[in-house]
Amino acid sequence: MSLKLISAKNLTKSFGDFIAVDNIDLDVKRGEVLGFLGPNGAGKSTTMKMLTGFLEPDKGTIEICDIDLQKNPLKAKEFIGYLPEGAPAYSDMEVSDFLSFVGKMRGMEDSKLLKSRLSDMAEQINLKEVWNRPIETLSKGFKRRVGIAQALIHDPDILILDEPTDGLDPNQKYEMRNLIKNISQNKAIVISTHILEEVEAVCSRAIIIADGKILANETPENLVNKFLEGDFVSIITSNIIDKKLIKDIKSTLNYKTVKIESHKKNQTQILIKDEKNKLNLNKIMNEIKKYKLDINEAGFLKSNLDDVFRKITQQQ
Amino acid sequence: MNTYFKKTFIIFDRELKGYFRTPLASIFLLVFLALSSGMTFFLGRFFERDQADLTAFFAWHPWLFLILMPAIGMRLWAEERRSGTIELLITLPVTNTQLVVGKFFASWIFTLIALILSMPIWITVNYLGNPDNNVIFISYIGSWLMAGAFLALTSCLSTLTKNQVIAFILSSISGFILVMAGFGLVLSAVRSWAPIWITETIRSMSFLSHFNRIQMGVFDFSTLLFFVSMIVLCLWINIQLVQIKKAD
Repeated sequence: MSLKLISAKNLTKSFGDFIAVDNIDLDVKRGEVLGFLGPNGAGKSTTMKMLTGFLEPDKGTIEICDIDLQKNPLKAKEFIGYLPEGAPAYSDMEVSDFLSFVGKMRGMEDSKLLKSRLSDMAEQINLKEVWNRPIETLSKGFKRRVGIAQALIHDPDILILDEPTDGLDPNQKYEMRNLIKNISQNKAIVISTHILEEVEAVCSRAIIIADGKILANETPENLVNKFLEGDFVSIITSNIIDKKLIKDIKSTLNYKTVKIESHKKNQTQILIKDEKNKLNLNKIMNEIKKYKLDINEAGFLKSNLDDVFRKITQQQ
Repeated sequence: MNTYFKKTFIIFDRELKGYFRTPLASIFLLVFLALSSGMTFFLGRFFERDQADLTAFFAWHPWLFLILMPAIGMRLWAEERRSGTIELLITLPVTNTQLVVGKFFASWIFTLIALILSMPIWITVNYLGNPDNNVIFISYIGSWLMAGAFLALTSCLSTLTKNQVIAFILSSISGFILVMAGFGLVLSAVRSWAPIWITETIRSMSFLSHFNRIQMGVFDFSTLLFFVSMIVLCLWINIQLVQIKKAD
């Protein structure tokens, strides 16, 4: 079996005149967590629905663990665990009944195996306290966890999670991300989200998608490096700064960019950037002491994925 | 049991238990038993007829099923579509045929339970006289087959909507048309202008004329074929509709 657990080529899907997914290629390897980023309606869910075999692509091929999903859907679907958007579940069923239903449908006929997987799920996903409660009585957080458990019950090689942390509180989000990280070693995981910190927290690679097209496909760090100029140091002073002074500071510091970012009344913001050399705030502060500036504020500003996301999707 | 049937059975099992998970099952069974016996004794004049048979009981079944079968079947697909669980089902390693057949049989077996629970009336009539039990047995089978046809139709139509109430209304109206097709009034209206083969086709499509034959104890192959092919046809359309409507 090749390392690629998911391999999709030229995927295209339209609904009437609307092209939801436009000729995209996608590979996910074992051990990877791929973050699917994009504005609402960008084609994230449609792509995931095609990868799981819920929707048939108009064009293109999908291979799941080297099995052609369109030609042999029953076999290919066995390798996938899927959390659809909104974590749908049979609300009148108890958590345990629902999970054992999915387990049986996933081919766990051996009741011993099923039992041990069920207790794994109760433990790993923290479902013990609601184990015998009807799903309709659960909070949103628990419902989402039931959805994750149902996707994980057969310990699949591939996990496709459509907005797994949507609607969770910060603690639950943190737990969910830890869970995803913990299980990611032996699996290929695809998660969609519009929360960028999530991508930074759990994903090894991020794809930004808008209008059905892939705009970027990089590691989260590379995304930031490639599309923004990296981190920078900002210094705010109440002195009047002229161009000559900037030039002097620049030659002292020996960083690539030193510039006046803004000028307000008696406040000037100086930005210092360098893509190649790491910025050292202490060093900067020591070096510019000699200019005897009244420094009101100084600190690191970190470029984040939010900026990248806005930059990329607005270029379109 | 091979895997194919096993998975169909798991779907069937979940669905059948689903009826009993809510008060729906007991309410339905109560309503069915109350209405069927009420109609038998009051509208069907069971005692006044002074005959040891269950004609008065079975005669009302087509009309009763017109309302009750859509009530049982309306949720089969409409609810899956409304709640989004259809996405779970379709991404499981099963075929649409397994899903449709499993769900249909759950509703059909539920109806069988209802019919079995009505058996005290059979015992009563045996206590009061000497009925022809063959005819009664055949009538039960016929009633169950007709229920199956109603349910297959309902299951098929419930795929068209996310709203159970709409599924119910669609199914009741379609069922009504199929029952009425055999009614004398309809037939004579058609007979006056249409060629005989059209009248006969309409009559042969009617639940009522087939069921009436069964009630008289005539259970021939054509009647069996009619209900079975009605079920198969509806389920086949149902399978296609699931494929078409799943992502709407």
